[in-house]
Amino acid sequence: MDAIRTEGLTKHYQVGFWRPRPYIALDNLTLSVAPGEVFGFLGPNGAGKTTTLKLLMQLIYPTSGHAEILGSPVGDVAVKRRIGYLPENPYFYDNLTAEELLVYFARMFGCSAREGRARASRLLDEVGIGAERRFQLRKFSKGMVQRVGIAQALINEPELVFLDEPMSGLDPLGRREVRELILRLRDRGCTVFFSSHVLSDAEALCSRVAILAKGRLAASGALDELTSLESRGWELVVANLTADVLARLKPRLTRATPLGDGRFSLELPASTVPEQLIADLDGARIVSLNPLRGTLEDVFVEQVRATRGERFSEKVAS
Amino acid sequence: MRSIAIIAGGVFRDSIRDRIGYGLVFFSIVLMASSFLLAQLTAGQDVKIIKDLGLAAASLIGLFIATFFGIGLVTKEVERRSIYSVLSKPVTRAQFVVGKYLGLVMTLLINLSVMTAAFYAVLWYLDFTTLQGAKAAWESPAMDPNMLKAFALMGVELMLITATAIFFSTFSSPFLSVAMTFAVYIIGHFGEDLKNMNSIVDSTILPYITKAVYYVMPNLSALDAKSAVVHGLPVSGMSMMLATASSTLYIATLLVGSILIFSRRDLK
Repeated sequence: MDAIRTEGLTKHYQVGFWRPRPYIALDNLTLSVAPGEVFGFLGPNGAGKTTTLKLLMQLIYPTSGHAEILGSPVGDVAVKRRIGYLPENPYFYDNLTAEELLVYFARMFGCSAREGRARASRLLDEVGIGAERRFQLRKFSKGMVQRVGIAQALINEPELVFLDEPMSGLDPLGRREVRELILRLRDRGCTVFFSSHVLSDAEALCSRVAILAKGRLAASGALDELTSLESRGWELVVANLTADVLARLKPRLTRATPLGDGRFSLELPASTVPEQLIADLDGARIVSLNPLRGTLEDVFVEQVRATRGERFSEKVAS
Repeated sequence: MRSIAIIAGGVFRDSIRDRIGYGLVFFSIVLMASSFLLAQLTAGQDVKIIKDLGLAAASLIGLFIATFFGIGLVTKEVERRSIYSVLSKPVTRAQFVVGKYLGLVMTLLINLSVMTAAFYAVLWYLDFTTLQGAKAAWESPAMDPNMLKAFALMGVELMLITATAIFFSTFSSPFLSVAMTFAVYIIGHFGEDLKNMNSIVDSTILPYITKAVYYVMPNLSALDAKSAVVHGLPVSGMSMMLATASSTLYIATLLVGSILIFSRRDLK
């Protein structure tokens, strides 16, 4: 049984007051997420990520298609007991304290006030909210509200958690803590479905990703599968490289970038065997040799541009 | 039921700490207290002035709290997106609407109790400082317990106004919701005039329209005992029961309507 499954999920909105016309926010999304995986749902702004999450939370209703969470249709109250959700830019009741808010949510899951307080305390520790937990939420910064939002998503110790832009508004330390938290959730067996346009987060955390562009699924699969296709050669960093040797090597390089102090970064196409080039260095010292793998960013940019119908050509510097 | 009670408790805790609510209740208490000074300018009418002003202040402030907070219950939650976290919990939209309603009703009843206490405190002071001979001119005693009936009916009226505000806010903008809720309040207080329009205007069609409006709108004039208690007139238990029963039915209808509309709505 999949943790999440969508089939042909589509959402149209009517836009325009005098002459309403349909706007396709999500178009025929078919997707599945296996239990226990950290799944990255990526896409540029306006791609349809939040729309998908709202459909999965039944905050909005689909125009067509359907979705299941943990084997049951979305909106099932029994399923809601097993999931957590962090909305994008969360907002809570101004006049409640962080602790009161979490106890309030814990009680919706059947916890006693005492158990709710214990869970609230543990989670607020985990997301780094200290003595501020007794302050009313209107006094909280955006980053602190985000941390409270993450805590409330985990108040019921969910099997599956949906995080919409979880790193939004967090400082570098907060981002690192949330990354560690997501990895701890994964280790506990919790499925994590998170949307983001910060690709480094997805690369660091996800086993599989889906890329959404203009409401359509542009690509999906394991991170390794998506990025290995984009492997494009080697990067060789050398020191003490003379101008003569560089001129001789240039036809076999895609790019040579001076780094200062006689050091150069040489980019080799995938067709060049690096050992052969190294043999021709004539006394230059090798600093490092690394494969140039396609990054998630490359895949992302290519898929998004392709969906936008723009011509995409790889930029090769001479 | 548990989810409803938890949501109601959350609304109560949030709204009872709201500064605007505090401000409004404080303002009504100041109005009641200042009515004591105003009453000193009138000969023999002092108790009537205090009762009139006090009841009107409580009614008006209650109306503002019921309308603006009632509309904010749903619209503010949707606009600020705080509803997303709540509805992702094991809570149905129907439980959300009913819980929100009951939470605000609890807040309103607490506020009304505070205003009632302040009202009686001003009247007690008047009673305490007035000579026995001057009291003979009063239509009803200062500490008349009958006035509690007016406050009780005011509570029912505010519950109805809250349900009306929630109903409108489930499908229209906050501005329109406020306008329509106030319209219902005004029309509801002129129910008898609408019913008897044929004796006021010379038209064949208009009385039918106004009669239809009379039957659709809540009869708020039945919940208004302010004038009667100020003049020491009796307010029968039966009329109170009937007005409360018909208002309860109206509230239930509005809440069912709110739930039906809200359950189908996209929360964009």
